[in-house]
Amino acid sequence: MSDAVRVSGVSKLFGTERKGTVAALDGIELTVAPGEFVSLIGPSGCGKSTLLRLIADLDQPTSGTVSVFGKTARQARIDQDYGIAFQQAGLLPWRTVGGNVELPLELHGVGGPARRRRTAELLDLVGLSDFADRYPDQLSGGMQQRVAIARALAESPELLLMDEPFGALDEMTRERMQNELVSICAETGAAVVFVTHSIPEAVFLSDRVAVMSPRPGRIRTILPVRLGSAGDRDEDLRETGEFFAAVSAVREALHGMPAGDGLRGLDLR
Amino acid sequence: MRRARPAVLGVAGVLLLALLWEGYKAVGPAGGVVVNGLTVLPRTSDLAMPHLWTMLARLGEPVTASGDGTPLWLAVVRASAFTLGLSALGWLLGVVVGMLLAMLMQRLRTAESALLPWIVLSQTVPLIALAPLVAGLGAQLRLGDLRWEPWMSVVVIASYLAFFPVSVGALRGLESPERAHVELMRSYAVGWWKTFFRLRLPASVPYLLPALRLAAANAVIGTVVAEVSIGLRGGVGRMMLEYASAASGDPGKPWGPIFGAVVIGLVAAGVVALIGIALRGYRRAEVTA
Repeated sequence: MSDAVRVSGVSKLFGTERKGTVAALDGIELTVAPGEFVSLIGPSGCGKSTLLRLIADLDQPTSGTVSVFGKTARQARIDQDYGIAFQQAGLLPWRTVGGNVELPLELHGVGGPARRRRTAELLDLVGLSDFADRYPDQLSGGMQQRVAIARALAESPELLLMDEPFGALDEMTRERMQNELVSICAETGAAVVFVTHSIPEAVFLSDRVAVMSPRPGRIRTILPVRLGSAGDRDEDLRETGEFFAAVSAVREALHGMPAGDGLRGLDLR
Repeated sequence: MRRARPAVLGVAGVLLLALLWEGYKAVGPAGGVVVNGLTVLPRTSDLAMPHLWTMLARLGEPVTASGDGTPLWLAVVRASAFTLGLSALGWLLGVVVGMLLAMLMQRLRTAESALLPWIVLSQTVPLIALAPLVAGLGAQLRLGDLRWEPWMSVVVIASYLAFFPVSVGALRGLESPERAHVELMRSYAVGWWKTFFRLRLPASVPYLLPALRLAAANAVIGTVVAEVSIGLRGGVGRMMLEYASAASGDPGKPWGPIFGAVVIGLVAAGVVALIGIALRGYRRAEVTA
């Protein structure tokens, strides 16, 4: 089976009026295996969101190639090989929770009964079965984000692209959502490319963490962090020495040097 | 109680207006208030400012003493219905044209920069100049057995005023979806039409409703003015002109068609309000998180 995502030699230049061209991405090499969870982490401006957008074919690389399941990114988008979730839940306010989840199915001509069955399944998966008839403005931010994730999963994609989906949530909601995402991924077996700027989040969720640096956006290193299978990853994991070791490893890679004095100033969000 | 509030305030507004009218009539000088030879407030004679009850009572009397005895109110209702019908057609035509223009401008950036200035400019042409032009051009049209009727000119002029708020409001509404929503539709690999019907059109409703209301008011004004300037019989516009000449001997009579015009405006606003109620599901507050 071909890789879920293969990015090779990709660069992306943006033309700006003030500063001329800016290299948002330069010489990016990244491969994501089927079912693998890879996080992109780095400071703002390192191009992690741009890289995700290239994989989603919402933008095109200046040079290099992006392939998704062996096809061009464009073909993969047309074939609906991925589901996507943004930092903003982006639900349509005039549609109910159920209506939002079934939007992609409806757009692609799935029949009514099949649509309703799938929507019920998905809402069950994200624990919102009782809220199918509510409207987005009646839900909390965390619930809205769960709806957005259910929507991204609607067509059972083999690849899930997530751009800081928990970035706007409070701390406790965020950790609960991370736990849920781990189990959802285990259940669906989808590969995930996950953009975040939180080190613990990346460590908790990922099989591998791609650490990026800005100006120009590059992947500095890719660290394997897999801390046990989905079943083993629970709240207690966040307290283990392994977890802290992985967090400092990512942190060191992020700053380009060993963080000699341990956990001082660590972004523990 | 809270629901009754708007109705109570509305009635209070009408009463206040009536009170002002009769109050000024009672205390104002018969010759009006004149400053430096300029009349700044009207004369208060029964001819210039008939009592409200004179106006209302006049509605119950026959149109003319010598006629078939049709009461004034019935003649006004008939004329109003005629004008309302033309306004509705003009509104509908204006809404369709305005929507199509907005869609074109949303679809093609160049169309927006090419069309929008002309759309704004179009509204600076005085209606009085436009009416004979439309009538004259229309008279030269021949579509098989179909002949251009004067009432069609009136509809076209009404739509000319109505399309403007719709095109501008709809354009803003169609461009209102957030980038994330537009990109979501792109990620679903659906084309412009599906994006239009599932995202842009529903998102435009909060912008569209005020535009429809403005368009309705414009269509009514356009119809009445066009009736006058084209000289189309049967509507409330022409009726105002005819009855105005009777004002010197029958001061209550010209108020009949004026009341008719007010009722037309209220009906038009009411219909748009009903549309708003039907579409209330699309007016939910934007998602905050």
